[in-house]
Amino acid sequence: MKTDTPTAMLDAQDNASSNAGMWRLLIALGLLAFLIGLPLLSKNFFVFQLTLAMVYAIAILGLNLLTGFNGQFSLGHGAFYAIGAYTAAILMDQGGISYIWTIPAAGMICFVAGFLFGLPALRLEGTYLALATFALAVAMPQILKFSPLEHWTGGVQGIVILKPDAPFGLPISQDQWLYYFTLVTLILMFAFAYNLVGSRTGRAMKAIRDNPTAAKAMGINLSLFKSLTFGVSALYVGVAGALSAIVVQFVAPDSFTFALSVILFVGLVVGGVGWIPGAFFGALFILFVPHFAEGISKGLAGAVYGIMLILLIFIMPSGAAGLLKLLLDRFAIVRRLIEGLSGRKR
Amino acid sequence: MDLFIHQVLAGLATGAIYACMALAVVMIYQAIDHFNFAQGEMAMFSTFIAWQLMQWGFPYWAAFFVTIGISFAAGVLIERAIFRPIHDAPILSHVVIFIALFVIINSFAGFIWEFTIKAFPSPFGTKPVLGEGLLSAHDAGMMAVVGIVLLLLYGFFRYTRIGLAMRAAAANPDSAKLVGVRVGWMLALGWGMAAAIGAVAGMMIAPVVFLEPNMMLSILLYGFAGAVVGGLTSPVGAVLGGFSVGVVENLAGTFIPYFGSEMKLSIALALIVAVLMVRPSGIFGRKVVTRV
Repeated sequence: MKTDTPTAMLDAQDNASSNAGMWRLLIALGLLAFLIGLPLLSKNFFVFQLTLAMVYAIAILGLNLLTGFNGQFSLGHGAFYAIGAYTAAILMDQGGISYIWTIPAAGMICFVAGFLFGLPALRLEGTYLALATFALAVAMPQILKFSPLEHWTGGVQGIVILKPDAPFGLPISQDQWLYYFTLVTLILMFAFAYNLVGSRTGRAMKAIRDNPTAAKAMGINLSLFKSLTFGVSALYVGVAGALSAIVVQFVAPDSFTFALSVILFVGLVVGGVGWIPGAFFGALFILFVPHFAEGISKGLAGAVYGIMLILLIFIMPSGAAGLLKLLLDRFAIVRRLIEGLSGRKR
Repeated sequence: MDLFIHQVLAGLATGAIYACMALAVVMIYQAIDHFNFAQGEMAMFSTFIAWQLMQWGFPYWAAFFVTIGISFAAGVLIERAIFRPIHDAPILSHVVIFIALFVIINSFAGFIWEFTIKAFPSPFGTKPVLGEGLLSAHDAGMMAVVGIVLLLLYGFFRYTRIGLAMRAAAANPDSAKLVGVRVGWMLALGWGMAAAIGAVAGMMIAPVVFLEPNMMLSILLYGFAGAVVGGLTSPVGAVLGGFSVGVVENLAGTFIPYFGSEMKLSIALALIVAVLMVRPSGIFGRKVVTRV
């Protein structure tokens, strides 16, 4: 049979791409089944850790939208995480509002806060923006401790909130319920991110990242889109913050220091900048590697962690995304070789 | 009025600390075009080395200069060992390395010297020079040291061949390479100098804030604020910026109720954002023009 006529080749390509789509769907479904089944088979503490990992994944995704798709740096997203967490805690503690509604509220407040902070900040480029956001993150704990606000924020003490029970009398523990709640939020947020990046707005974001001058010439309103992206990114991080407040049951100024912003940033780079699923790898890294480092040496945990970080950057300068791409490329080369060989035999 | 003058002088005294740090920040920025977030920790570690030398019986000035030498070598070594291999990696990876250096240095300092607070001697004594509690001999000495470092730097960059080569390497690496400047080594030299200046800053700051692994955390932010206010391209601007941040901080603390005393860091933040909005290149900085 002759297969190299143009139409046949197109068919083959079509087949291949639909095959790839099919594979992707299968992988996604398998992953989903795995994620749903996991908490039923593991201990409560592990379920709690996984929930936290998903919370981090949402936050890193938000940071990725800003850095990976719009080319702006932020070392201060811990501040928006704090705003989200405090919004949820104050609404639940003082407003008596159900935890479910605190999440969109935190998202909206952070969107506005991010948009407003982004408005002046978009005049800044690269390093300068990183610096302004760095200052924001460092100043955040002080603002939260500010005594005239103490009535709402609880000052240094912070706020303790109660863990919600599973609704409808479901026979699962609180931790398991929060796991599923976070999982649903996570899926919604990721779906939104995929659609956003693929949309007209997403293309505008990427155009600004790749060449601001050309983007401007094409009629893209730079300042509007940059602030909007900053707002959306803050929204994601705020939602993650609100979830973390509910999951951890506690907010206090000193949980939101500059270190938190740094942790999110490390997660972003480790996962891979500009690659949406990278958020998962980043989240797992920032959650489990510090424990691992502490296991190696208690006194030098920081040093072990830092050295691992340096090695990681040396081995895969562009994060998990780069490594995966490299592996796939190798795989493709091998496959092509095999195909070539078998083709010759035929 | 008396209170005002008093506070301005006190502000200049704290400003001298920030000026030291801002100078170190600008130096490294000139050499490598990035902010070094580990700068404060490097300075802290150098100060610990000086402390250790004095514990071993070195006289102050001997320890001072030996520490500067060690810091210079360490700075060069860090560039050669860690940053040279990833020279072409994206900026974000560089920032992660800075963060990694930060935790490594902090962790090692805590491991070797523990987290207890240590007193660090001042070579100038602590007698007041300008009335009771206004400006101590150490504050005055610190300002003098900042001035001397600034003059030395000016002379170095303006009148020596190697200073010129360093400026060329930072301004335009490709052309500098073509005329025979060894760009890689200039970078390493910049790192070494920044580490040495950081060491001077650390040793000047330590008698005021006491020596411990986390001593530089907030000072670094004020140093950044000073550098941004003055302009990242200008060492003189950085020093003046550092002083003005100190004065503003002190005046706000005295004259704005509530806010000033509790929100000192937020004032630094507000200052950074305000200056960046009005004059992104800082008050004394050159505007960087890039070709599209």
